[in-house]
Amino acid sequence: MDFSIASILALDGATNGAVYALLALATVLLFTVTRVIFIPQGEFVAFGALTLAILQTGKLPGTVWFLLILAGAVALGDAWHGLRQGRSVSALARQAARTLAYPVAISLFAMWAAPRGLPLLAQAALALALVTPFGALIYRIAYESLADASVLVLLIVSVGVHFALVGLGLYFFGAEGFRNPSFWDQRFSAGALTLSGQAIIVFVVSVSLIVGLGLFFGRTLQGKALRATAVNRLGARLMGISATGAGRLSFTVAAFIGALSGLLIGPSTTVFYDSGFLIGLKGFVAAVFAGLASYPLALVGAMGVGLLESFGAFWASAYKEVIVFAAILPVLLWRSLRDPHVEEH
Amino acid sequence: MKLIKTLVAVATALLTAAPALADVNIGISLSLTGPGSGLGIPMQNQFKTWSKTIAGEKINLIILDDATDPGKGVSNARRFVTEDKVDLIIGSCITATAAAMAPVAFEAKTVQLAAAPVGVPPGQDTWLFRLPQGFSVMAHPIVEHMKKSGVKTFGFIGYTDAYGELWLKEITAQAEKAGIKLTATERFARTDTGVTPQALKLVSANPDAMLVVASGSGAAMPHKALIERGYKGKIYQTHAAATPDLTRIGGKDVEGSYVVSGPAVTAEQLPDNHPSKKVAIDFVTKYEAAVGPNSRNQFAGHAYDAQIVLEKVLPVALKKAKPGTPEFRAALRDAIETMGRTVFAHGVMNWTKDDHWGYTNETGVLLKVVNGAFVVEH
Repeated sequence: MDFSIASILALDGATNGAVYALLALATVLLFTVTRVIFIPQGEFVAFGALTLAILQTGKLPGTVWFLLILAGAVALGDAWHGLRQGRSVSALARQAARTLAYPVAISLFAMWAAPRGLPLLAQAALALALVTPFGALIYRIAYESLADASVLVLLIVSVGVHFALVGLGLYFFGAEGFRNPSFWDQRFSAGALTLSGQAIIVFVVSVSLIVGLGLFFGRTLQGKALRATAVNRLGARLMGISATGAGRLSFTVAAFIGALSGLLIGPSTTVFYDSGFLIGLKGFVAAVFAGLASYPLALVGAMGVGLLESFGAFWASAYKEVIVFAAILPVLLWRSLRDPHVEEH
Repeated sequence: MKLIKTLVAVATALLTAAPALADVNIGISLSLTGPGSGLGIPMQNQFKTWSKTIAGEKINLIILDDATDPGKGVSNARRFVTEDKVDLIIGSCITATAAAMAPVAFEAKTVQLAAAPVGVPPGQDTWLFRLPQGFSVMAHPIVEHMKKSGVKTFGFIGYTDAYGELWLKEITAQAEKAGIKLTATERFARTDTGVTPQALKLVSANPDAMLVVASGSGAAMPHKALIERGYKGKIYQTHAAATPDLTRIGGKDVEGSYVVSGPAVTAEQLPDNHPSKKVAIDFVTKYEAAVGPNSRNQFAGHAYDAQIVLEKVLPVALKKAKPGTPEFRAALRDAIETMGRTVFAHGVMNWTKDDHWGYTNETGVLLKVVNGAFVVEH
C-alpha cells in the first residue's frame, strides 16, 4: 500500500463515516430522550433511498400507502382509547384530524407529483417529507404506551419493529434493488485522489446537519426541552415539558436524519429493502463508542467505523464485517472499565 | 326414489372426482409467497400450461405453496409421500427449501426434480435431480472465452455467501486447467455501502480480466466501482446477473462486458447451431402467449423442462410398473438416469447414474452487453 491508495481509502472511509455519523447521532438522540435503542434506524435509510428511486421512475412509491396505513392505525388507536375514556366525539374527531392531516396532505401531493417527473431535488425533498412522519407514527404505535418500561423491554420492542419494517419494506418496495442518480456528477482530481461531487455533498450535508442540530439543542426552546428530558425525565416533566411530545419530536428528527442518510448513500450503492439494517448497525456501533450519550464521541466513533471498514475491506474483504463488529468488543471493555456502571435491573 | 337418485348422483360425482388409480400424481412445492415468490409464481404459470395427459396417462398436478420456508417445504414433501402417494416430486425453486425437502424424497424413494442447484452430501442424491445448470457448465464458456481472447490472469470479486464460494471454487479449478491464473480475490456483501477498497486492490493487481460474481441488481455495484477506478480490461458477469437489472442499474458502465447465461431466456438470439434454439423458442413463445409479452423467466423454463423429462421417461417407466407403486417410482428414476442426451430449453441434459446435475458443456451461452441489451457473443 502506498500513500495514494491509503488516501483514497481514507477518503472512502470518511465519506461512509459521515453517513454513519448521522445515524449515530440519531441513535444517541433517541436513547437519551426516550431510552429506546432504536435498531430500525437503518430502515429509514432504505425507505428514503427507495422512495426517491421509485419517484425517479415516475411511479407512486409504496411509502405513500404505508404512511396512510400507519396514520390510519394511529388514528384508530387514539379513537379507541378516547371512546373508552368517554371523551366527546368532536374532541376525538379533532384529534384524528390532527393525526391524519399531514400524512393525507403529503400523500395527495405525492400522488399528484409522482407522474409529473419533477426535478431531482424536488423529488428528494418529497421523499424526505414522506419518510419523516414515519418516526412519530412508529413511536406512537410501538413505544408511547410503553414509555416507562425498562430499557430491555424497549430494546425487544425495537427488534420487533425492525422485523415488521423489513417485512413491510419488502411488500411495499419489492425485492429488487435501486440505485439513485448522483446529485452532482462533477469530479475533482488531485493526484491519485478523485473527489466526487457526491462525496462533497455527503460531507457538506453531514456537517451542516450536525451544526443545525447543535443550534437546535442550544438555541431553541424545543431543543432545550429535549435536552432537559434527556438529562432527567421526571424533572423535565415537573417543569411542564411533555415527555410524550419530546418522544415524538425526537423520533421525527431521527426519521428525518435516516431518510436524509438514505438520499446521501443512494447514488453510491444499490439499495435494497433490507439494506438499511447493516448501515444502521454500523451507526449503532459508533453510538456505542460514545456510550450512547455523547454526540462528539459518536462522531469520532463513526469516522473510526468508516475508516476501519474501508481499510478492513482492502486488506481482508471477506472479513470486513467481522472486523467492524468485532471492534465493538474492545470498545465495550474500555467503556466498562472507564465508567463502571451499576446494573439497572 | 328421489333420495336414491340424489345418492347415485353424489356417488357418481365422487367417483369421477377422485383420481383414478392409474393416474400419475405429481407433487409440486413452490414458493408462491415470501421472498422466493418471484421464482415460484412463473413456474406455477408454466405448470398451468402443461398438457393434461402425457404418454396416454392422466397427469394430476398437486401444487402447494411452501412460502419460501424450508420447514413448510418439508411438511409439503411429507404430505406428498404419505397422503398423496405421489410418483414424482417437483420443487422447490429456492435452494434452501429444495435442500430441506431432499431427505424426505430420499427416504420415501421418490424422485425429486429440484428447480434449484441443490448440493447434498455424496450418496444422498440418489433420488434427486437438478433442473438448473450447475456452476461448472456456466464457468465453462467464460473460461473458453478467456482462453480465446488471450487472458492470462484474472481477478475475482464475489458475494461472501455460498453463491460466491461455489463460483470461486469452480472457476479457479477450470481456469487453472486452461493455464489462466487467479491473481486477486475480493469479497463483498449485497447490502454493502460500497466496494471502493476491494476495487482498488483488484485494479492495482491489474489482471487481464475480472469476474464479478453477484446477482441481479447487486451485480452492478462492483462493476461500476471497477470502471470508476479506471479498470480497462474485460469484465465477466455470472448467470445470476443475466437480468435486465444489470443494465438498468449499471447503465453505460456495464457496456461491453460479458455475461454468461442459460439459453432459455435469450432464445431468439441463440446462434442457429445451438442445440436448444428450437426448444427455447417454443418455450418463450408459448409462455409469453399465455402470460404476457416479455414475461419470460428462467424458472418457468425449469417447469417447461420438467415436462420434457416426463414425456421422455413416462413411456419407459409405464412399461415396467403401474403408477402409484414403489416399483413405478424406481422405474422412473432408472428411466431418468438412462434417458440420455435430451435437449431442454435450458441446455443439453444428460443425466447418468453418477451425475445428477447432468448439463453438458454445450449449454452455456456467453452474452455481451451492447447498447444496453444482451447480444450473443460468437
